[in-house]
Amino acid sequence: MITIGYFPGCSLLGTAREYDESLRAIAPKIGIELVEIPDWNCCGATAAHSLNHTLATALPARILALAEKENLEEILVPCAACYNRLVMAQHELMSNEPLCKKVSDIIELDVKGTARPINILEALMKTSSNGLAQNISKPFNYTVACYYGCLLVRPPKVLQFDRAEDPQIMDEVMKKIGAVPIDWAYKTECCGAGFSVSKTDIVSKLSGKIIKDAVTRGAETIIVACPMCHSNLDMRRKDINQYNDSRYIIPVMYITQAIGLALGIDKKKLGLHRHIIPVTLPVKEKTTGKTQPALAVSERSASGGKTEVE
Amino acid sequence: MSYSLHHSTESNSLLYKVFENTGETVYKCYQCGKCSAGCPLSGDMDYAPSSVLRMIQLEIPELDSKVLSSYSIWLCLTCETCVTRCPQEVDLPKIIDYLRSESIEHKKVNPAAKDIIAFHKTFLDSIRTTGRLYEVGLIAGYKFRTFHLLQDVSVAPKMFLLGKLNPLPHIIKNRSAIEKIFRKSNRAHAGKEAEQ
Repeated sequence: MITIGYFPGCSLLGTAREYDESLRAIAPKIGIELVEIPDWNCCGATAAHSLNHTLATALPARILALAEKENLEEILVPCAACYNRLVMAQHELMSNEPLCKKVSDIIELDVKGTARPINILEALMKTSSNGLAQNISKPFNYTVACYYGCLLVRPPKVLQFDRAEDPQIMDEVMKKIGAVPIDWAYKTECCGAGFSVSKTDIVSKLSGKIIKDAVTRGAETIIVACPMCHSNLDMRRKDINQYNDSRYIIPVMYITQAIGLALGIDKKKLGLHRHIIPVTLPVKEKTTGKTQPALAVSERSASGGKTEVE
Repeated sequence: MSYSLHHSTESNSLLYKVFENTGETVYKCYQCGKCSAGCPLSGDMDYAPSSVLRMIQLEIPELDSKVLSSYSIWLCLTCETCVTRCPQEVDLPKIIDYLRSESIEHKKVNPAAKDIIAFHKTFLDSIRTTGRLYEVGLIAGYKFRTFHLLQDVSVAPKMFLLGKLNPLPHIIKNRSAIEKIFRKSNRAHAGKEAEQ
């Protein structure tokens, strides 16, 4: 068992509840003990760094300082956007002494940089080497599009994690649970992120391209590791289909949900019932038999442009 | 800092201020255009990312003003593709964050960006009061601020039924610490130029 600090982030208490549920469900089975950081606050997200740089560093700094107080060496940050904010803040604080002093004064806590934020893929990598494969009871033998999004791999100079243009770690983890990852072009393209509410048409355009490529190349489900990617690709599907004149019904799953299924965990415990696009994957025999992709009709149907998903 | 602004003479030009506040040297850009080619939204912008850098390089007050009142600086999603591919490692997202605060300070915000800023401000208000983001409050506050009252009325009830929207906010214990962080950060932000 490895003990890792846990920073869920705000989304995982609300719109991305199933990410938190599935992570907590798989953690004991893959040898991770999660210690939630007490009284954690919001990282500030895009809003803070767009409007106030000091605030955008101070909010994550409080989280880092609280983790340090608990003597945690690593903080698992499942939300890719929070992960990015925490890593960037730590990087700035550790490379700029006057800033570190200023921010310590603001948060009235010391930040020494001893608690390192890690993302979900790093955490899975740690554990998958010592036994993910042998715990698989129901191989997840589907063709999947591993969608990394922006912030798991960029900016590479600071994150130093996987390949920035064609990352492989999620693909490797998915292979371990029996999935067949596709080679596709939109692995790290942006979904529209924080514009979900304020510029929904932009999200529809960008996310539409991602879904189209995944579907065209035969993916049966899209695997994500970020609540914003998930909410844009899943919750915004109606807007996406309206904007693009399409009828995509491919489900979008968190990586922790796919692993949970492979570990034989109950669907409900993984929050699979909480998606707007129902996760209905065809039942397959043990070996990877080719099945028809159950998904995605990309043209408007003859019934006069109904975009509703059944 | 290995680069300096040995060409700049204008201490109030954007070029100079960007350097003072972010440490980024806009001169390093040699206009290869990789940022504009990779940017998912350059086609929606009034000036492509590389054009924004070129406009700053020229140190002409009219162009500086155009940059600050551009829509481009608000459309940037901070996806970090540009800085990842830049052969000169110009940190464009970092520069754009600074340009946004300058744009607000000089009251030059592009009218098309008002919804984006309304969203950011409502977001910060939400975490200032509760310490964590309260999604229902965020949406309600945003609608109130922008009068987009009918937006998302169809998806919200479904989200609620799926258990994805909490009717009540999560409130952290040490809210006074968060209030203090906001107050002090705002003060530091207002006096940033004097400090640097």
